Amino acid sequence: MSTRDVVLGRVRRAIADVPRGNTPYEQAVDRGYLREHGDRSVEETVDLLAENLADYRAIVHRCEAGELAALIAGLLAGRGSTSVAVPPGLDEAWLAETDVTRVPDRGDSTPHELDRVDSVITACAVAIAETGTIVLDGGPDQGRRRITLVPDHHICVVRVPDQVVSSVPQALPRLDPARPLTWISGPSATSDIELDRVEGVHGPRTLEVVLVNDRTVGGN
Amino acid sequence: MSGTFVGMPSFPKAAHEAVHNQTLRGNLRHATHTIRAKRAKAVAEVSDWAELREAGKQIKDHTLRHLDRYLVQLEESVTAAGGIVHWAADADEANRIVADLVKTTGESEVVKVKSMATQEIGLNEALEAEGIHAYETDLAELIVQLGKDRPSHILVPAIHRNRGEIREIFAREMSEWGRPAPEGLTDTPAELAEAARLHLREKFLRAKVGISGANFMVAETGTMVVVESEGNGRMCLTLPETLISVVGIEKIVPTWQDLEVFLQTLPRSSTAERMNPYTSMWTGTTDGDGPSTFHLVLIDNGRTDTLADEVGRQALRCIRCSACLNVCPVYERAGGHAYGSVYPGPIGAILSPQLRGTASEIDASLPYASSLCGACYEVCPVAIDIPEVLVHLRERVVEGGAVTRDGNEVVLKPAKGHAAERAAMRAARWAFKHPGALRTGQRLASRSRRFHPRSLPGPGAAWSATRDLPTMPSEPFRDWWQRTNGGKDTGK
Ligand code: SF4
Repeated sequence: MSTRDVVLGRVRRAIADVPRGNTPYEQAVDRGYLREHGDRSVEETVDLLAENLADYRAIVHRCEAGELAALIAGLLAGRGSTSVAVPPGLDEAWLAETDVTRVPDRGDSTPHELDRVDSVITACAVAIAETGTIVLDGGPDQGRRRITLVPDHHICVVRVPDQVVSSVPQALPRLDPARPLTWISGPSATSDIELDRVEGVHGPRTLEVVLVNDRTVGGN
Repeated sequence: MSGTFVGMPSFPKAAHEAVHNQTLRGNLRHATHTIRAKRAKAVAEVSDWAELREAGKQIKDHTLRHLDRYLVQLEESVTAAGGIVHWAADADEANRIVADLVKTTGESEVVKVKSMATQEIGLNEALEAEGIHAYETDLAELIVQLGKDRPSHILVPAIHRNRGEIREIFAREMSEWGRPAPEGLTDTPAELAEAARLHLREKFLRAKVGISGANFMVAETGTMVVVESEGNGRMCLTLPETLISVVGIEKIVPTWQDLEVFLQTLPRSSTAERMNPYTSMWTGTTDGDGPSTFHLVLIDNGRTDTLADEVGRQALRCIRCSACLNVCPVYERAGGHAYGSVYPGPIGAILSPQLRGTASEIDASLPYASSLCGACYEVCPVAIDIPEVLVHLRERVVEGGAVTRDGNEVVLKPAKGHAAERAAMRAARWAFKHPGALRTGQRLASRSRRFHPRSLPGPGAAWSATRDLPTMPSEPFRDWWQRTNGGKDTGK
């Protein structure tokens, strides 16, 4: 008998006393919890996102669509970055005003090569206001998981308000589980030494989030 | 289950030593009090905590009730997504599977993200015996590993070490294993973290094999979830070519939607954060992104035996948040090492004796490592009634009865009079000699009265027959909690 059969057999014997019933799963669990906490306008939700991101030590910037390229150029220059990793589908216009060397996200580049890159710029899939979280799903404007991991400086652009949801329950339906997902709430951090919080052990030590107002004039 | 620390004395003996270690107690008290005060605040932020807790409990109970079905479904969805599923009945089998998988890659080094399951089965030691070196990459685990030490807390495993000790360990040991600590390393946390970053980065960038556990596995989609803070998890899950995840069979949730409950309750209960800095989710393999080979090793190792116990099975709901450790007056004094297993504190006191059986002295004494104050139940985000299970296990130790071991029903003999009696009495005496442990609060919910008998169950009865047990405090736990700001203001 295979171990698989052994384990499954043990499981079945272990729960032989339990009435199984045939309630469909949707009705088996009481989901009396909230879909979001509080009652906020769209603007307030975006404000809360900014506040919670900052509370976990991300650096938050807000701008209009037309100001984005200049802002990004300024952030890279301010940090003294000479190279930036760029996902294949990133909006070209975002980098229009910077001349730092672009390092394309390629499958055959090695982790060591990536380790020599100063910064990375990505979009995101969704951002969660209540927890101050951005979620990347490996889409063309976000690139492979490793480009937001190895460089020490990550700039993430969130289109507001369209990409912002209030809560975790609202975020999950917008994500595709088949994709590799990375949820980021503030930069890498540890409290392992006498519970003192230290930013950055392994992931990027600086996370800058740009909330770009993408709403067309007179939008909803 | 292997992983009993060799020659481990019973809980009271081990605890006795810890209680006299001033540094350890100071560090622990600082840690547990800080975390629990923060946690109370994080929980207070969500008005539907009670509902989330109830939903979490129901999801896990439902999963356990249909565990066979969900295991099969998980296997199908992981396989469909390009992963390879292995089954292991016990620690030896799991270790053999992992060692063989690593050997097939031709590598002799692996990077690991902290995983209680792999600690439980003693994977690092098993790999070492096969000539494979496993590097722990969590900062605390690195401290523990370099210090040739044992973890003392689920969440902050090196909490028993202070910064001076950590600096010494780094300066002395790092060069043995790779990049040495920088010259003139001081003991500021930032410098220590930087030293760890440089030391470990060297390993991450060249690693070909990563080993992890998982916090959740979604049956419906085959998705694995790892929740962490430092980014070492992302490193291990992303950079290597081969990823091997070793996960207990109880870690399943049925649907993608279920994550909405646990991604809210776990971080708040655990690190007292709205959300932990990083959560990685992957489903099988993805072309050109992350490991090209993914193995999932599903381990039983005592879990089905635990599942067979009607009262004790609720321990399998545990999501390893560690909240119960931080409120436990006994843990605070005894420290994690006294529990003699990778699962310390209240959850360890009910999980270890179930996973391993109660044959050894330490496992027979663990159900007594509690004052039954009920604080652990109050904070548990999946509402595990730890006191209920403790009492149940005490009865089993002293009265014997039918239990399941390795899938077979066996009848346990009552623990032999003297040894068990002595162990129980030592534990009881120890707890009662430390009135702070009891003062911290008694559980006064009406249904818990049976946990505060006038006499101790089993062999303790002989002892309590001639002594009065401490009376219950006049103040209910909840009131005490509020009045003292979660225990911070008791001035103990
Ligand atoms: S028993 Fe409950 S409180 Fe303790 S670690 Fe498990 S889930 Fe957390």
